[in-house]
Amino acid sequence: MSEQTTNTQRPDPAAAPSGDNGDWAIELEKINKSFGPVHANKDIDLKVKRGTIHGIVGENGAGKSTLMSILYGFYTADSGTIRVNGVPHAITDSRHALALGIGMVHQHFMLVDNMTVLENVVLGAEDSPLLNKTLAHARSQLVELGREYSLEVDPDALIENISVGQQQRVEILKALFRGADTLILDEPTGVLTPAEADHLFRVLETLRAEGKTVILITHKLREIMAITDEVSVMRGGEMVETLKTSETNPEELAELMVGRRVLLRVEKEPANPGDIVLEVENLSVTDRMGVQRVKSVSFSVRAGEIVGIAGVAGNGQTELLEAISGIADPTSGVVKIKGKPLDIRGDDGAARARRAGMAHVPEDRHRMGLVTTFEEWENSILGYETYPDYGKGMILDIAAAQKEAQRRIEMFDIRPDNIRLRTANFSGGNQQKIVLAREMDRELEVLVVGQPTRGVDIGAIEFIHKQIIKMRDAGKAVLLVSVELDEIRSLSDRILVMFDGHIVGEADPETANESELGMMMAGMNQKEAAQ
Amino acid sequence: MDIDLILSMANATMRLATPLLLAALAGLYSERSGIFDIGLEGKMLASAFAAATVAAVTGNVWLGLFAGVIVSILTTMLQGFASITLKGNQMIAGVAVTMLAIGMTTFLGQTWFRQGGRTPQLSGDARFAPIELPFARELADVPVIGALYSDILSGHYILVYVAFLAVPVTAYVLYRTRFGLRLRAVGENPKAVDTAGISVTLQRYQAIFITGILAGLSGAYFSIAQGAGFGNEMTAGKGYVALAALIFSKWRPVPVMFTCLLFGFLDALQIRMQNVELPLVGQVPVQLVQALPYILTVVLLAGFIGKAVGPKAGGVPYVKER
Repeated sequence: MSEQTTNTQRPDPAAAPSGDNGDWAIELEKINKSFGPVHANKDIDLKVKRGTIHGIVGENGAGKSTLMSILYGFYTADSGTIRVNGVPHAITDSRHALALGIGMVHQHFMLVDNMTVLENVVLGAEDSPLLNKTLAHARSQLVELGREYSLEVDPDALIENISVGQQQRVEILKALFRGADTLILDEPTGVLTPAEADHLFRVLETLRAEGKTVILITHKLREIMAITDEVSVMRGGEMVETLKTSETNPEELAELMVGRRVLLRVEKEPANPGDIVLEVENLSVTDRMGVQRVKSVSFSVRAGEIVGIAGVAGNGQTELLEAISGIADPTSGVVKIKGKPLDIRGDDGAARARRAGMAHVPEDRHRMGLVTTFEEWENSILGYETYPDYGKGMILDIAAAQKEAQRRIEMFDIRPDNIRLRTANFSGGNQQKIVLAREMDRELEVLVVGQPTRGVDIGAIEFIHKQIIKMRDAGKAVLLVSVELDEIRSLSDRILVMFDGHIVGEADPETANESELGMMMAGMNQKEAAQ
Repeated sequence: MDIDLILSMANATMRLATPLLLAALAGLYSERSGIFDIGLEGKMLASAFAAATVAAVTGNVWLGLFAGVIVSILTTMLQGFASITLKGNQMIAGVAVTMLAIGMTTFLGQTWFRQGGRTPQLSGDARFAPIELPFARELADVPVIGALYSDILSGHYILVYVAFLAVPVTAYVLYRTRFGLRLRAVGENPKAVDTAGISVTLQRYQAIFITGILAGLSGAYFSIAQGAGFGNEMTAGKGYVALAALIFSKWRPVPVMFTCLLFGFLDALQIRMQNVELPLVGQVPVQLVQALPYILTVVLLAGFIGKAVGPKAGGVPYVKER
């Protein structure tokens, strides 16, 4: 884990791009920021050339978002200098940043759900105390901006009624409405379909063509390669390198991000599917608001195969997972394991599903997988605490539970190696490993995994992927749900695409091309997509 | 039923709805900005006491009103300081302010006036007199309009008119002004407001300042308009009823008015029903009749409004850094 491993011959990044000082839109110097004991930004230097798209990559917790929030005035740096167009500024709040022409599209949108698009756009930029005039004036400007950058949205629609892609447009329009010259986008494609992402990139290219500067934070190396001019890599709160995109490649960037060589592609043998283990028949789920989320879905998973469910977040995958694993009650339909129908209804449905041999790694480990205030060993038995291995009757056999937790920590290389540490103090990747270890390390027939690598760093991703494939090779049936298309493609033996609660198509990961999958994820059926 | 009864009931409804309406509107500003206000009762009580005290000492009702409003604002700011600046628990801040008000008013009242916590009886200029609207007498004999105008609308204390006027004003402020837009936004998603370059803290203090004024008017109404002097805990839980009205009307100004009128009507009915022989049941115990508005409040809140979703960020102190 040495930083020296990647220190190949390379010119000083600050001097690399041509041009004089007048070319820099943004210059950050020796930025430091701590949150309590966490040193989120250490002596960060960054220069962004005007009229370019500058990528910032790094793992979760590398400090990318913190750095950009400092530039946007949302946080204040503990020390360091910010220069905008060559002039130093102490940016104290977002109003100040906006006045300097810096706009930001946050990863979690900063929109007021029950207000209209127009109201959200003018919020904070109203030009008079009364709204009528402000809104009329903003309306025409919004339409104009929408046309200019192909970012059309209905100004009178409520935010809560428009799609995530549309909401993102509103965020970009908000920034442009305030006259932003520099636009920061934090993980903008996480919630978009591939087609929407392509559209976003065209918008960014238009912005660049007009001389605006774009800073793109992402962890998707493919996007960096596709659109940026330069890319800065951050790791552990430090700036590692700034490179010209044309002179680097994903493997190098991944290595810089992690600090060691990583395997981007998953290596696995061809699947050897056996009998059908998990069967889902005509499963429908209606959520608490009365909206039908899963619409009569049927599929099966065989022993020794990984079936991946692809789709844009929010198309029913979450509800499908919750129904199969017994957390939420389906409105109709049957789930069978080895031909035996599973009684998954009621509050103890999840417990019954477990006893029937179904292990479940939930999508959101904080909300469902873990109690983060518990010590590691307590989470290691959570959901299995009534099993005879951990004691008889009401009394827990703490020694046995701790012994097993210790064994798993070694088996899954969970760090730090301390079963008494509060779970919240583990990194995202290690928390995920705690859940995986708990669910995988027992007798089971089916493994149901949701978003196995969400918020997990690249190094741990590699390990987790290997574990999932190991389960398959041991003859278990694996159902994988992920919004990361790359993950689905590299792990699955069969891909099902989910859209609006339906399974709209099936694809073979070896032969399926990305645009076909993308179109299915956007709602086209298989025939349309194939054309 | 005779017409006089209807008229006097309508008149009483307006009179009794007024403090609820002022208090509910006070709560509306605070809660729309994301500060749950369970301390309305305390502010009203503090204001009622201050207004009666100053009116009694100076003999001037306007000085009394002014003092009531100022004390209410100060109380609100204390509560706001705890829940906005210090990011404390809003429920506890509200309860604390109410308990403080209950204790302080009784203690100071007894210390200053030695009448068991009461303030001296107010009369003349030390108390609001009903206002007769122009032409009320001339129009009194015109059918329908006369009854409506002269018997129901005319002849109230000035605070009654202020309260009902505050409804359209609040609606306008909330939906048609920059301040209102920001107010609504800060209660829903303070982060959006912050990133739009607006100070969440300032916006919330501005909102609760208005809360202080309106709660002050509401409290003063008890002691220097409707009543003639302060008595122990004279607001009698009306601050909580106002809060219920606010929730019942889903934090919207015009429905707030109708809800307060409904609660005011129930109160008027309660007064009317005391010692009245009803067919079949006979005389209903006073206590039960008095409890009627509160029972109905619970029933209405529990059963009839469906899901009352308040401002999303309500009750949560805004913490910017993790």
